[in-house]
Amino acid sequence: MREAVPSSTSRILLGETRVQEIDVQRRYVVDHGVRYLLLISALISVFIVFLIGLFTLREAWPAMQSIGVANLLTQQVWRPGRGEFGLLAMIAGSIWVTIGAMLLGVPLALAGAVFLAEVAPSGMREVVRSAVELLAGIPSVVYGLFGMVVLVPLVRQIPVSGNAGFGLLSASIVLAIMILPTITNIAEDAIRAVPREYKEGSLALGATHWQTIVGVTLPAARSGIVAAVILGIGRAVGETMAMIMVIGNSIIMPTPLNSNPLSIFLSQARTLTGNIAVEISYATGVHESALFATGVVLFVLIMIVNSSAQVMIKGRGR
Amino acid sequence: MGHVEATLSRGSVGDRSSNLAQRHIVQRVAFGLLWLAGLTAVAALLAVVGYVVVGGIGSINLEFLLTSPRGGLAGEGGISTTIVTTIYLVLLTICIATPLGVGAGVYLVEYAGEMRGGGGILPRLVSLARFGVETLAGVPSIIFGLFGYVLFVSAMHFGFSLLSAGLAGACLILPVIIRTTEEALRAVPRGYREGSLALGTTQWQTVWGVVLPAALPGIITGIVLSVGRVVSETAVFYVTLGGSCRTPTSLLQGGRTMALHVFYLATETRAFDKAMATAVILVVSIVLINAIINYLTRRFTMR
Repeated sequence: MREAVPSSTSRILLGETRVQEIDVQRRYVVDHGVRYLLLISALISVFIVFLIGLFTLREAWPAMQSIGVANLLTQQVWRPGRGEFGLLAMIAGSIWVTIGAMLLGVPLALAGAVFLAEVAPSGMREVVRSAVELLAGIPSVVYGLFGMVVLVPLVRQIPVSGNAGFGLLSASIVLAIMILPTITNIAEDAIRAVPREYKEGSLALGATHWQTIVGVTLPAARSGIVAAVILGIGRAVGETMAMIMVIGNSIIMPTPLNSNPLSIFLSQARTLTGNIAVEISYATGVHESALFATGVVLFVLIMIVNSSAQVMIKGRGR
Repeated sequence: MGHVEATLSRGSVGDRSSNLAQRHIVQRVAFGLLWLAGLTAVAALLAVVGYVVVGGIGSINLEFLLTSPRGGLAGEGGISTTIVTTIYLVLLTICIATPLGVGAGVYLVEYAGEMRGGGGILPRLVSLARFGVETLAGVPSIIFGLFGYVLFVSAMHFGFSLLSAGLAGACLILPVIIRTTEEALRAVPRGYREGSLALGTTQWQTVWGVVLPAALPGIITGIVLSVGRVVSETAVFYVTLGGSCRTPTSLLQGGRTMALHVFYLATETRAFDKAMATAVILVVSIVLINAIINYLTRRFTMR
């Protein structure tokens, strides 16, 4: 049969195969090229992380050498003009404002998460959920502005001498509202992820809904809830602009203003983040380098917080 | 014996019912507190937004939107240039971050999906890349600012400019875009890919022609999310964008975004009415962006 086919047709067939082969080859070359291009873009983030680490450390190096890491971490006085660079007051400021925000925000955020996941009727759930979503989207300067025009004058009403309104309390309230969406969203997801059977088993044993929540659902969702709180802490430690606007920015160790230890929250303070943002635009020399060292301290603090969240999620989650 | 048992059980039934009543009271109180927490979240939103709107709405008119800020301690003028700068900066960061972020997401889901663990150089690079995304997502924004300041503003001599701010902002939103892209790609059914590959296409043809179009709404959601991030971000741009009131006419000129303008007005001029008016415009844009995201996710999840 094959001999009967005219030679011209066989030539055409041959040509088509070759064209197809070339096309397939070209497609595979493109495929290969794109694969590597995509790999490179996947590696960009780790490259940026590397660059951030490299540049921050390189810029912080002179300060760490001439001042010393121990001095940076343990000295309270920060007077760039006189060559004194102690970060302890700012570290304390960051920690205190985070503690304040946690005390106010965590119970509220977790209760909100339980409410959304277990208690709220669907209409109410929609309302609260969109409110939380919007709270997450509101820019930090708007929170800062709200703090300046509303909270600071309110806090100033508290009759304690030396109370300027600007300080840890105002900052903690602002921060508590800001971290509420972070904690509520993640904790709600964790509570929802608890298998139905757990709750049904508990309810079938005659426990009330509330007993089931406290005794079964929350313990089962514990790792997710802890992770939510830790991510909230990370967010709080890293917040910058709203803190500059309401915390007063004085470089002092927060101390109680009178005999009541709670009055420590009326003290002014400065956060690590605020220290960087306020001074970086005019700093030069060792001063500038010390600000990068502030960045390193902040970065290490955040890394500790975030990696403990990772451990929590991986350690107990499925 | 029987008598004693009867009393005992009667007693315990009585205990149980009073115990049940007590447990219901506890539950009612607890649920009341949970309701209170939910309502507090709503109240917090209403307080923040409400106060800013009430304080700012009076200063908003067409002139406010269309004149440029004049600087000065009274914070005179409008916000026209800050709106333009915000739009420029959004476009720039999105243009830089989207190709990289989507590319990274595609690689991590479509190419590296089956390479978890194991030896060899490629799996190691992949886990390194994942580590990079995780870490970047946790870096506080002021560190991005610091990084942008030392690398783009000083080392690369871009100065306080749109370019410096755009590059630093792109680093900030990169993890957002990567993560949403990954999520969107994972939601595309396996059958789509298999069908396409069975027709003899290469992997890239499948990704480009089938998977990406199917994941597009999710990817766009991520991009819109990043637009929101850039519009509301302040710390990064505070240390990279300068803060000039003029409209930048080239990539190497600085400016101020709306969010920065709020900050400057509130801290340097004390023109709180103008600051709140700007904040209202800012919040309105965020509400619009949220509405777009909701619309997109709803469409995306319906399919």
